[in-house]
Amino acid sequence: MSRFESDLQVVADRVVERAGPGEQIEAFVARGGETEVRVYQGDVEHFVSAQSEGIGVRVIRDGRTGFAYAGTLEDAAIAEVLAEARDNVQFGTVDEWAALAEPDGVAVTEQPLWNDDLAAYPTDRKIDLAKQLEKLASGGDPRVRVDDANYADAHGESAVASTTGIRMSGRENGCYVSVSTLADEGEGDDAETQTGFGFSVGRSPDEFDLDRAAREAIDRATRLLGATQPPSRRVTVVLDPYVTAQFIGVISSTLNGEAVVKGRSLFRDRLGETVAASGVTLIDDPTNPLAYTATDVDGEGLAARRNVLIRDGVLQQFVHNSYSARRAGTVSTGNATRGGFAGTPGVGCLALSLEPGTRTQDELIADVDDGLLVQQMQGLHSGVNPISGDFSTGAAGLLISNGTVGAPVREITIASTLQRMLLDIVEIGGDIEWLPMRSAGMSLVIRDVTMSGS
Amino acid sequence: MIAADVLERVLAGAVSTGGDFAEIYAEDKRSTSAGLDDGRVEQVSSGRDRGAGIRVVAGETTGFAYTSDLSEPGLAAAASAAAAAASRGGGGVRTVPLSASAPHRPNVIEQDPDSVAKAAKVELLERMNDAARSFGPEIVQVSAGYGDSWKKVLVANTDGVLADDEVVRTLLRISAVADGDSGMQTGYQSMGHTVGFEIFDTVDVEELAREAARQAITKLRARPAPSGAMPVVIKHGTGGVLFHEACGHGLEADHIQKGASVYAGKVGQRVASPLVTLVDDGTMPGEWGTLGIDDEGHITQRNVLIEDGILTDYMWDYLRARKDGRPQSGNGRRQSYQYLPMVRMTNTFVLDGPDDPDDIIASTPAGVYVAKLGGGSVNTASGDFVFGMTEAYLIENGEITEPLRDGNLIGNGPKVLADIDMLGNDFAMGSPGTCGKDGQGVPVGDGQPTLRVKSLTVGGTA
Repeated sequence: MSRFESDLQVVADRVVERAGPGEQIEAFVARGGETEVRVYQGDVEHFVSAQSEGIGVRVIRDGRTGFAYAGTLEDAAIAEVLAEARDNVQFGTVDEWAALAEPDGVAVTEQPLWNDDLAAYPTDRKIDLAKQLEKLASGGDPRVRVDDANYADAHGESAVASTTGIRMSGRENGCYVSVSTLADEGEGDDAETQTGFGFSVGRSPDEFDLDRAAREAIDRATRLLGATQPPSRRVTVVLDPYVTAQFIGVISSTLNGEAVVKGRSLFRDRLGETVAASGVTLIDDPTNPLAYTATDVDGEGLAARRNVLIRDGVLQQFVHNSYSARRAGTVSTGNATRGGFAGTPGVGCLALSLEPGTRTQDELIADVDDGLLVQQMQGLHSGVNPISGDFSTGAAGLLISNGTVGAPVREITIASTLQRMLLDIVEIGGDIEWLPMRSAGMSLVIRDVTMSGS
Repeated sequence: MIAADVLERVLAGAVSTGGDFAEIYAEDKRSTSAGLDDGRVEQVSSGRDRGAGIRVVAGETTGFAYTSDLSEPGLAAAASAAAAAASRGGGGVRTVPLSASAPHRPNVIEQDPDSVAKAAKVELLERMNDAARSFGPEIVQVSAGYGDSWKKVLVANTDGVLADDEVVRTLLRISAVADGDSGMQTGYQSMGHTVGFEIFDTVDVEELAREAARQAITKLRARPAPSGAMPVVIKHGTGGVLFHEACGHGLEADHIQKGASVYAGKVGQRVASPLVTLVDDGTMPGEWGTLGIDDEGHITQRNVLIEDGILTDYMWDYLRARKDGRPQSGNGRRQSYQYLPMVRMTNTFVLDGPDDPDDIIASTPAGVYVAKLGGGSVNTASGDFVFGMTEAYLIENGEITEPLRDGNLIGNGPKVLADIDMLGNDFAMGSPGTCGKDGQGVPVGDGQPTLRVKSLTVGGTA
């Protein structure tokens, strides 16, 4: 969010004003809109235009917490939400740490997350962008078809207020184009289809790179054609930037302060110890405007800030919101997350990145004797257990032998443990990419990973 | 929720600029949830969501808008926004006479959760927490959740359909963490049904909690899972997700019509072992994917997708059925009024086979026995799918032996369906699931008897 004096602030303030003695109240009010265009074979398949709004209210009294929300801002509904949240308080268990965030004086780093040009962008040009991308992606390679091409934008505005003195409102908007591709080869029983995708994101459509999105969608679909299942063995893996970003996302859940205070983090007792290879530095920095998820403030209305989590392999700190920080005996790191008005703040990293190295992916590959360039991971949600550390995901990519990439492979898994993978990092690439995710990507080399195949 | 004459006027307005079909989907939903973690009931939460999604179809183009304002002006505004996106000129005045269909309510609700004191819901969580923690000293953390919802749905369209439904859901989940010399391990159990609070008269919630605790403690002595292709036996009532991923998604008509499924053009052909009969059934009383009507107002039904290994039909929603000039199958679903419907599964399961489940294990010299599966995902175009195993054991000389650490299994849908070489006679439905597709999550059920896949790739490290 970029700070912005929103009329929603008044709605939030009014709820908070109703607090009685001994009662802490927080109101979060949000409003948003989206446009989504899907194009198929030159025609608009669907066009969605929508607005929504809602409010969530948290009440804390005598150490007990209650919450309620409604998907509307009608006066009667807001009154009902406050009454429900108050009613829900009595069923909570007394928690000595339960309390709302308080202003901590940390200065906000302003972020330019609102673009007036996007807000005024004409509808027919949005449709044209999707049509153009479809054309580019379907015209680049005779084996490639387009499954769908999309344009989407969204804008959001929100305000939070609390009896503890938090008062913050902001807004942001953004847009993207994306395309899904299919590549076909062979006939009859040998027929094979592989899929790809490409995208481009921006605060305005002027920032799109349609050619690159189309080229990546074509490459991703065609490069796996003819892939086979290799024999199982231990290899060195080189993760593509997009895959690295997914991997870092998994690591981040082990550095979550809530998991730490509740004993669910495998690094809970490891502060100050070596948890990763030397040379590995991991930073969460939502104040970096290059990060797609950059933000002024966190989900509780505190200033977002730069936090070094791992420095040169040594665990420095965890990320906290005000609750987990209080329990851990520290202060919030500005890492409260909020999924919308229908839930209470959680804890999470906001904009992660490994400190990049200097070499290109080709240079990294040149040093690998027997390896796998991982271009795709599948099943991160089902095969990775961030509490035990067991890591096993589906994968596809290209074999590497004696420093050069070779045949495509698929229907394999790569497995190790999160603990070992961090220690087994050989090198971090210099090819940093800011992706539409909570983590940046770059090539990453990890040794001694089990590849399971035939 | 909305009077019939208002629906008729809004629909007539929606097609006045040239649309050939318009639909109003309205819902009113109340939900309650409660979470217990680290020994504390952290909070009880109440939610209210109400709104309508309106779509207008003109030829191949669909316009869609939604609103939380259910008044006639609010609906009319959404209708004109949807119509603006799907208009071909022409149109004009058209009347839309609606005829209400008889209510179809496969589920019987005895005790509306809304009428149950919140304290009784919270008490379930406390009982589960106590049961899991007292199962063994290794249990160091427990988190439990309760949720219920009541949703009234109304669908009307310019084909004259006027149908409604009321869906009640009740859900419990528990996860336990055990700690030992080898680090931490986790166990997870859940149960969910489309019935009311009476479910807790019969379900033993303490047993559910003990099961999660037992799973976590068992895994403390687990060894790394093997790596490579081998026979895999999957326990009944846990492996429905295999079929959901290996072929369910690939049998959805939207993927078929775009040629993005390995099963396109294969009706009448053998796509699975002759042991396999696969059914999608939205009418099973009380199951997680059960509905009276789908989210396009079509009465749910039982659809046989694969019979004795032969592909018999795909699953259909309104648009895909209209394009192919055939009836819908009750598979048009959406996450909420804020989303367009698309082809989705309901309860998807494989019918019983001939084998005694004990014989299946006894006749497997070496392999893996999966007692509980986690989630999965599939690429419908290539057929490659993965799913996680969260409780698994080695099979050695026809016997279940050591527990294994978590991992993924990977396979290719058509190959795995052909490789099912033993199928048990102990059918059971599984745990409640949420199926994600194109950014929308909907509740689904699955089930299957104990079965064996001749060869699947196990993604361990040993």
